[in-house]
Amino acid sequence: MVESIVLTGLAIGCIYALIGITYNVMFSASRVFSFTAGTLGMLGGVLGSLFIAQMGMPLLVGFLLVLAAGALFGIVTEIVAVRPVLKSLDQHLYVLSTLALALMVQQFTAIEWGTEARPFPRLFDIARGGFDQQFWLPMLACAAVIVCLELLYRHTLVGRAFLAISEDNYAARAIGLPERSLRIASFALAGVIGALAGFAGGEMLLAFFGNAPLLTFYGFVPVALGGMGNNRGAVVAGLLLGLFQQTANFLVGGIFASVAVFTVFIIVLLARPEGLAGASPQRRV
Amino acid sequence: MDTAAKFRPSRANVLGSASTLNAALPFLGLLLVGIAFPLFGGGYWGVIATRACVYWVLVSGLNLVVGFAGQIAIGWVALLTLGAYTTSVLVAGNATPEVPPYPALAIAAVVGAVFGLIIGLPALRLRTFYFAITTLGFATIVTQVALAWQSVTGGGVGVSGPIFPPPFSSQWGFYYFCFGLAAICTWMTANIAASRFGRALTAIRDAEVAAEASGISKAALLVPVFLFSGAVAAVGGGLFAALQSYITPDAFTLDLSVLFFIAILIGGRGSILGPLLGTILLTVLPELAAPLVAWSTFLYAVLLLLIVLAVPGGIAELLDFKNRRPLETGRAIIPRPELLQQLLSAPRDAGALTLQQVTLSFGGVKAIDGLDLEIRPGQVHGLIGPNGSGKTTTLNVISGYYVQQRGAVRLNGVALPELARHRRAHLRIARTFQTPRIVGSASLLENVMIGGTIDGEGTFVESLLSLPRHRRDEAMLRKAATLALAVVGLERLAQVRADRLQHSELRLTEIARALMLRPAFLLLDEPAAGLSAEEIERLGALLLAIARAGTGVLVIEHHPDLIFDICHHVTVLNLGRMLAAGSPAEIRSHREVVNAYLGG
Repeated sequence: MVESIVLTGLAIGCIYALIGITYNVMFSASRVFSFTAGTLGMLGGVLGSLFIAQMGMPLLVGFLLVLAAGALFGIVTEIVAVRPVLKSLDQHLYVLSTLALALMVQQFTAIEWGTEARPFPRLFDIARGGFDQQFWLPMLACAAVIVCLELLYRHTLVGRAFLAISEDNYAARAIGLPERSLRIASFALAGVIGALAGFAGGEMLLAFFGNAPLLTFYGFVPVALGGMGNNRGAVVAGLLLGLFQQTANFLVGGIFASVAVFTVFIIVLLARPEGLAGASPQRRV
Repeated sequence: MDTAAKFRPSRANVLGSASTLNAALPFLGLLLVGIAFPLFGGGYWGVIATRACVYWVLVSGLNLVVGFAGQIAIGWVALLTLGAYTTSVLVAGNATPEVPPYPALAIAAVVGAVFGLIIGLPALRLRTFYFAITTLGFATIVTQVALAWQSVTGGGVGVSGPIFPPPFSSQWGFYYFCFGLAAICTWMTANIAASRFGRALTAIRDAEVAAEASGISKAALLVPVFLFSGAVAAVGGGLFAALQSYITPDAFTLDLSVLFFIAILIGGRGSILGPLLGTILLTVLPELAAPLVAWSTFLYAVLLLLIVLAVPGGIAELLDFKNRRPLETGRAIIPRPELLQQLLSAPRDAGALTLQQVTLSFGGVKAIDGLDLEIRPGQVHGLIGPNGSGKTTTLNVISGYYVQQRGAVRLNGVALPELARHRRAHLRIARTFQTPRIVGSASLLENVMIGGTIDGEGTFVESLLSLPRHRRDEAMLRKAATLALAVVGLERLAQVRADRLQHSELRLTEIARALMLRPAFLLLDEPAAGLSAEEIERLGALLLAIARAGTGVLVIEHHPDLIFDICHHVTVLNLGRMLAAGSPAEIRSHREVVNAYLGG
């Protein structure tokens, strides 16, 4: 029992952490939290099921197509919902524009794919066991993303440019960094990570349009608690969230588990609005 | 001169009531259409019309939260669900003895008010997106609880809605019941919109620091708004349950929440009529063609995106014909300091505002380093120095945005409370900002009236019901604001939207707003920036007159002429330290000042 709680908790936690990283990658490049983060996760599951189970594509082709679709949606988000409102004085407009885009995709999926959850194909033809692929796939994906991001940020020029943009947008532009291209690249990268999260967690979460708002919420919890833009914080908070949720699930039942998660989230946020890792408040006057 | 001065406020009052009548016309039209609706509407359209009324009961309250206070509350369907289940369960007697429908609806309103506050309170601490996400979370949770708590809510099977006794049991009877409540909600929220509470909400939305400087406490203001909004949302829920006649958790999807939220944004923020039309539009739209029903939420989302990108002002802005008329060009601002006596009552003796050895550093940079300063009533004190010398920081320490690390800021010997920014206004310390902080969508008069918010006596409930004290407050604030605008020379533009005006006019609007506090101390951050030479001269005369009326004035300025013409005392800062202090004549001949700042 404990083993199953820990495995499920860590696997779900990895998915939440990945969605949290999706939020962060977009935020670093644009100071925008996008409602499309959860939508990307949902698309990863739905498109994976569509390409591999429905259309019978080979695993690798389907997988790459899902990632490409995620990248494409990321780029569309940047062009349609982020760029036009970035210059506006009314800084919260991005909340509305990204919400609108997320809703459009979610509703489109609900109508074209259906409102029932459909199964996600088993990716590797190996027997079900204790440490099953539905558990280790999300963990593997999460670990791979963390390693790749570290390599990208530390050892490549593009990665350093990403860091520069997120540290100080104006200064980065002043030294001649192509801010707009870097922002598009970040949104594409975030799209890949979000779609990967949904794909790797597909067997657990199923191919279901309703995953979009759930992942938007549960994926934001690690961001809020781990500190915005802080990927390590997001991973730690995501894993804790997954474990906490599964434990509560076992102890008090599924529905009150979500109530428990929500209550803890609100209390922690009210006590530490800047997240557990902390960040300095902005200058206002 | 005296008669002219008395004449102006009264003419503005006449103008005011004429525009009130104009603004009421669309509502009267809708009222008539609503009353006559059963004469020409068929049975199914009756259901649609009732639904629109039910939705508006909820949206009218949410409008104060989203449209006026600017809080992105997406998950308000949670309160509809709560109200629907509370009413239905009480009437059905699943958990308690059976309760008749009306008391059940009243209890639902109370429960809704409490939960409206619980859902809303995080807004006081959290940033926009965080708050949006928490309301979204709430909406998910409430539906899940309704599904799980089978013994009370019937779980997935559901529970039947309340039936209101005759005369409201028939279809048209129930329609008139909902229509009546919708009309009352319209009237109440319109009262709030036109009160100091409504203006303070828009100030929090568009110019939060200016709201604080005017003494508006966000918490004290938002608490009654969330209570009210939660209560009407729950009443809407009770009506919704009666209209559906049977409710299951499936009925309360996030799609409904989206409808409510988008109706407000399509209608336009800070308007009552716009969101009302938006609600009607979104309720009717899917009924026009059968395929639209499935695609309705998709359509709403598209509309939201279009509105955000193309018409951020929504329907209300499209209908705002008054503000399309071109303004006269080449407007000169001619302040009339002689009217100040009427605005600022008898001289107040607040003692002096003193800074003693104040030090503040950001990281390794000392922004202010051991500064001494004394602002005396009735005098103009100039604060000059190169960029980055700590002038604005000094002002921000006085008005509570920063806390000094050493030293003290005292008013008449008593230390000012740290960081309590809105308390400054109660001590009659007013300020303006380097970039004007103005509510762009409100008229100049309304913007100036915001400055007098703390002088109103009526409560939120009195404004909601337009009781006498509310009307007295409004008349008093309107008169004072008209006078304040006349003092700074802008009374002819009183009814114009602020975002149509020039920078220099907004600077003077800020001064008028600050004067509404009848300040003992007035702190001005570069008031002459962007003004022409003649305007600067007139501004100088105005500031001198304000000081003569007993106010202590602190001016941060880069125009040496203005400073040397009007100041009684000048302090020169350089790199956070006091370089020199004394009379204008002393400063003008101070060698270091001339070298460092004025230039030889």
